[in-house]
Amino acid sequence: MNLPPGISEKDFSAAIEEWQDALGKDWVLTADADVALYRDAYSPVWNEPEEPIPSAAVAPDGVEQVQAVVRIANRYKVPLWTISTGKNLGYGGSAPLLGGSVILDLKRMDRVLEVNEKNHYALVEPGVSYFDLYRYIQERKLKVWIDPPDPGWGSPIGNSLERGGGYTPMHDHYDAVCGMEVVLPNGELMRTGMGALPAAKTWQQYKYGFGPYVQGMFSQSSLGIVTKMGVWLLPEPEAYVAGTVMCWKRDDLIPMMEAFANLVNSGTLRTTTTIASPLWFGLPDKELDPLRVSGAVKEMEEYGARKKIPYWTIPLPFYGPAKVVAAQWEHAKQKFSSIPGVTFEDGPSYRFPLSAQDLAKIRDTVPLGIPSLQIFSVISILGQQSEGHLGFSPIIPMTGEALLEALTLFDQVHRELGSGGGAFPVLSSFPRSLVIIYLLPVTRDVEKNRRTREVYRRLIKEAAARGWGEYRTHTTFMNDISDTYSFNDHALRRFHETVKDALDPNGILSPGKCGIWPRRMRKAQA
Amino acid sequence: MRNVKRRSAKALLLSAMLLALAGTAFAAPDEAQIERGHKVYDKWCFPCHGTGLGKPGTDSLKARGVNPAVLEERTDLSAAVIKLSVRHGVLFMPMFRKTEVSDADLDAITAYLMRNNKK
Amino acid sequence: MRTPPGVSASDFSAALAQFEKAVGKQWVFTRDEDVDLYRDSYSPYWHEPEERVVSAAVAPESVEQIQAVLRIANSYKIPLWTISTGRNLAYGGSAPVLSGSVVLDLKRMNKIIEVNEKNHYALVEPGVSYFDLYRYIQDHKLRVWIDPPDPGWGSPVGNSLERGGGRTPMRDHFAAVCGIEVVLANGEVIRTGMGALPNSKTWQQYKYGFGPYVDGMFSQSNFGVVTKMGIWLMPEPEAYRDGRVMVPKHDDLVPFVETLAYLMNSEIVRGTMLLESPVLSYRASKGEGILDKPGGPSVGELDKLAQDKNLPYWGAELRFWGPQNVIDAQWEYTQEKFSAIPGATFKEGRSYKFPVQLQENDTVTRVALGIPNLSVFGLISGTQGHMDFSPIIPMTGEAVFEVLKVFGAAYAEMGVEPKNQFFVLPWAFFPRAFVLLFGFPIEPDVEKNKRTREVFQKLVRVAAEHGWGEYRTHTTMMDTVANVYSYNNHALLRVHETIKDAVDPQGILSPGKSGIWPKHLRTKKA
Repeated sequence: MNLPPGISEKDFSAAIEEWQDALGKDWVLTADADVALYRDAYSPVWNEPEEPIPSAAVAPDGVEQVQAVVRIANRYKVPLWTISTGKNLGYGGSAPLLGGSVILDLKRMDRVLEVNEKNHYALVEPGVSYFDLYRYIQERKLKVWIDPPDPGWGSPIGNSLERGGGYTPMHDHYDAVCGMEVVLPNGELMRTGMGALPAAKTWQQYKYGFGPYVQGMFSQSSLGIVTKMGVWLLPEPEAYVAGTVMCWKRDDLIPMMEAFANLVNSGTLRTTTTIASPLWFGLPDKELDPLRVSGAVKEMEEYGARKKIPYWTIPLPFYGPAKVVAAQWEHAKQKFSSIPGVTFEDGPSYRFPLSAQDLAKIRDTVPLGIPSLQIFSVISILGQQSEGHLGFSPIIPMTGEALLEALTLFDQVHRELGSGGGAFPVLSSFPRSLVIIYLLPVTRDVEKNRRTREVYRRLIKEAAARGWGEYRTHTTFMNDISDTYSFNDHALRRFHETVKDALDPNGILSPGKCGIWPRRMRKAQA
Repeated sequence: MRNVKRRSAKALLLSAMLLALAGTAFAAPDEAQIERGHKVYDKWCFPCHGTGLGKPGTDSLKARGVNPAVLEERTDLSAAVIKLSVRHGVLFMPMFRKTEVSDADLDAITAYLMRNNKK
Repeated sequence: MRTPPGVSASDFSAALAQFEKAVGKQWVFTRDEDVDLYRDSYSPYWHEPEERVVSAAVAPESVEQIQAVLRIANSYKIPLWTISTGRNLAYGGSAPVLSGSVVLDLKRMNKIIEVNEKNHYALVEPGVSYFDLYRYIQDHKLRVWIDPPDPGWGSPVGNSLERGGGRTPMRDHFAAVCGIEVVLANGEVIRTGMGALPNSKTWQQYKYGFGPYVDGMFSQSNFGVVTKMGIWLMPEPEAYRDGRVMVPKHDDLVPFVETLAYLMNSEIVRGTMLLESPVLSYRASKGEGILDKPGGPSVGELDKLAQDKNLPYWGAELRFWGPQNVIDAQWEYTQEKFSAIPGATFKEGRSYKFPVQLQENDTVTRVALGIPNLSVFGLISGTQGHMDFSPIIPMTGEAVFEVLKVFGAAYAEMGVEPKNQFFVLPWAFFPRAFVLLFGFPIEPDVEKNKRTREVFQKLVRVAAEHGWGEYRTHTTMMDTVANVYSYNNHALLRVHETIKDAVDPQGILSPGKSGIWPKHLRTKKA
């Protein structure tokens, strides 16, 4: 029997029995084959001694059962690891950080409690996926959009708590959260924001409530189990129009990003887009490749001009009334027009709702609020036999200078890594910065994975040295990244630990999440 | 006329008995099971393995030369392969938990995907 | 000389002597005439024994001095009350919740550390006022706007921590906060978000950092002393225009607000708007109330009055900021949407191109153009001040009807004539909800103020019964308001108290703020 660390067999058996009483035997999983289903399918330590295997999994069907699970865990000090839909692939999947933890699987709590079409919000449980919510909305023909991430099988609750992002104007997922219900580590039930007012009429309409705004404390953390969450939706827009801006010289990136920052920060450009360099990081090209390696910028620019391959492209999507989005695209072009040689290309334009026929022609439906798994088709360009990926995700300033520095670093590291993957899209997922999601391949090959982990750790150091921190990471690297946030001798982490010790004195919820360990396990991490 | 009818009835009875006997190793799926399987498949499998654009499971199988690449069109899948894929994953397809696809759901998916297999 | 509650005279003398050593003798105020300057000039207890008064004030000029002050306060268990610019009038001004506290006056910390014109943010200290920041930006000719509240002499740090609002698209002040530095009760300095990474390049560009997002915990709270704050600014827009939309009948409010919610939640109409009722204002000018009086005129009668006087029933001034072609399209589309309401009429308003030099007598609402001023005081006449009752209500016409009826009945039951200094119709200061701002007049009359307080408390209860809670309140009403947020036996307050006890065990920081008392001052909750 795989035991949680520090727990005796006797205590664990007692806990299992009590959970069985509370949830029913079917929903307390201890058999090896069942528990194996919770392994991280994209683990960078697959089959190595480091791989964190759970000791068991429990799957409650509602808030009362969650409370019972937590109370029992407290009694025996058993560490739990909460998952919503458990699809956090690239960042740890459904596996715990601490091997031997018991997975608290909330998938069975999958009700869409409300979707309000007039005030544009939803109230959901953790087991609801983006696909589920989308289907709910379609069935009732409600004129609201969700904002799915890539991919769409995750949970709005899980993804928003991890502070992920999507591709419509509601792309900053944490920012769209409005009101939560939380089971605290002591088993008590709490509601945040206006939800603390019994029978509140504005729980999903006003975020902050009265007094300290504590909602954010439950994101990327281990202070409570979120059992309901409000999320703001986008009213179905009338239209969509996109156009691409293209520049032809490397240093054009600087004025390009200035114009871009202005469009984003003024609210004209309201969603995520990618900043790409077809000339530098595009398709393999016999003439271009050696120039790319030697960094012969002038020659690359000349080649690009000749072969009509732009140095930089930025697609700009606009959502809203047809006449407004047309005006926004016109304005955007004006903003970039002072850059010598800049060219523009009109992109697709749509009116909503789209017919089934029109929809069928669109490969990437995610920016139109329709969840899909198409990102995996794109990712499998990493390698035909891709077995998974790992995300390294630093936040960098929204400036051309910073972006050039970052791309140069990744390019260098990528070449050292050799063959086998590495795509690093630059996204404007979160106001008012850029995020780079460097995807490293994971395999079932222990040596390859070891090498990948070395590279990842090197990237963490290089980024921190340049003043860039990661917004999120894989459970394997949470300690490493938490260590880089060291201002004033890790004062912020010590603050997190103070709060953690106060709310979860037995340290039963998700130990180690984002580098925060309960008191009784802290020395072991030093 | 009457003879034909009587023979058809007998033939039907015989086939029914044969079917029942044949079903001891793997229960013969009924329409309800296949329908359930179709529903579960649509929810859990179609987004990756379906038809149309942006279906990475289908795309990946196609790229690897599997034909037909659309799972629902296959007539040669075995219960063992289906269950192994779902419970162990394949390449970038992760495994699915029992809170997502229960054992009963998995049996139904299997029935659905094997509905056109040659007997 | 007053001493703080629970502190002996000798201890207080010793503490004062040490405060003087820490910040300099001239920056410790103990004489009555100096300490009286910290009274709430809009106090609803003016000249009554319960008026909140101050025992002393200490004005540090640096983080180090604050740390020293906190060390001393901790040794002697001196309750402190932090103010930034101390202009929180209508909500308590510069006076504490706990009478006899020592004010920690941060006005001297008034550095503008940075204003970044390319990425549109500022980093400021608490003593900086909106006027200061505006002047700095003008002096340096930076093309960014601030979002001043009414009035403009407050502190961006203070106002944002109180979660106040302004008029431009950056109206939600807490939402514009990006990165803070906090001195904790134990004297430790933390930086949140990306600031926890030493030499971070994105402290003011990405809010959430890594791990739990704690910034909100320091808003409307007493968990730490904020000493630096990052704020997002709006890039100077190209143009502005406004226009009025009016609808003729009472029942039109429902589709009116539905349309408004759609336009605002789609970011087609941005900024703050105030719902107006020309016909109800007309009645008010004739001495009638705006709230529904039992036995008052019926909807039909009011509709007829509106028709006879040629007054719309409802209206609002809507504002647009951005590129000329875009705001023209947005206003056009807005009119199209409202035209679905039969009888809807529109009136063109003002328009400007920026930068603009306003005429002295231009009556535009300057704060909507990012210009701080004190003109709002012109709206208030004949009283000593006001106290704000600020419930959040749903953004629906039905909710507005309910408010008018429910509060009207409450006043009638109390036998009191409603005397509000501001409109009783809602504002949209915050995304997706409405807020009411009832200004209760404060007068130099003890009996009248007593009655006013009773009415206030009754309205808090009545609002809570209907699922409406306050977003912010006066220091003398904090326990009353905190008490209505009672879901699950005040679970949220108990969480606040748990955190309070952990991060401020001596209970020296702003005791009683938002109903959060340190352990040694806590009474049993009902």
